[in-house]
Amino acid sequence: MVGLVVVSHSEKAAEGICEIAAQMGGDDARIEAAGGDPDGEIGTSVDRIEAAIDDADDGDGVVVLVDLGSAVMNTELAVEMGDANVRIADAPILEGALNAAVEASGSKATLDSVAESAEEARDYRKLN
Amino acid sequence: MVDAEIQREAVLAAVENVAARIADEKSHLTDLDSAIGDADHGANMNRGFQAVVEAVDGDEVDDMEPDELVKLVGKTIISNVGGAAGPLYGGSTMLASTELEDGITAETSVAFAETYLQKVQDRGKAEIGAKTMVDALVPAVHTYKKSIEQDDLPPLTALSKAVDACERGVRYTVPLRARKGRASYLDWRSVGHQDPGATSTLYILEELLDTAEEYLDGEVVRDARSPDVPDESPEETADESLGGEDE
Repeated sequence: MVGLVVVSHSEKAAEGICEIAAQMGGDDARIEAAGGDPDGEIGTSVDRIEAAIDDADDGDGVVVLVDLGSAVMNTELAVEMGDANVRIADAPILEGALNAAVEASGSKATLDSVAESAEEARDYRKLN
Repeated sequence: MVDAEIQREAVLAAVENVAARIADEKSHLTDLDSAIGDADHGANMNRGFQAVVEAVDGDEVDDMEPDELVKLVGKTIISNVGGAAGPLYGGSTMLASTELEDGITAETSVAFAETYLQKVQDRGKAEIGAKTMVDALVPAVHTYKKSIEQDDLPPLTALSKAVDACERGVRYTVPLRARKGRASYLDWRSVGHQDPGATSTLYILEELLDTAEEYLDGEVVRDARSPDVPDESPEETADESLGGEDE
């Protein structure tokens, strides 16, 4: 099953988004949070992201949802340093995580289909 | 072998000097970052370099080649700096360390500097003028390369010219409107503030120069723009003087 990792500057935000996404993805969804800097303060951490990717990967690859700036850079570095098959989704972190969780729980899900469904969330409107 | 030992010693001395400088400038960097960023640059860099000092404080570094030691410095920064500074400073140091496999020479240090810059630009996707550390790094690295490869200057002189160029780059960030990083969210409000990343880059280079002075022979040109510095291309000197380094 394709795993998911949520990388946010806030540990709480990452965990919260995982909680919401897990509800959509069903019981066996593999969703890991990697929020906060090395001390759990606001920021991101390569080591935390690497560990989360490891936990989420069962061999089918991992899609990572990111918030801003250093979340992207630190995720890119974690991917380069590890050997999991990873795609970073260019998507809003919450809506993208929900979409990805739903897609990943389907029987035909692939790494690409999960990343693409996360990226579809870019076009969602909230009003009108 | 002796060479590797001296180089290792020099790297350790550089680490100590940079860490001490960053600790001294911690609040200044944080002040700069609180104006246009998230006010954590000083704390982040300090945490990273204090961790580096601890990481190299043991017998196990005695067997390391200079490039392995530089790689360890990069890796430690990556693991201990939360935020973009981790991949930018640490990741670039780690990846560029392979250029030092044959030891630290004028030639390999140019390759290191170029790769470091390349990695920073690849990762941060910032060009000159976006009000980032790239504005300080590009002139520094280009000046260093030109001084060594074209002007055939001793490494110490080349490094001091690079520091001067870096300093001009830092000043150049002040009037810019940020287009990258957290500061870009402030848009026009970022104008008039000096970029924290460019500033810490200058501090690191200044300490590398100070360390190099202890380990390298050669004349140090403290101010590469002073009139007694011979320059083969007067036009270029004239151009540089337009850079507005007077406060």
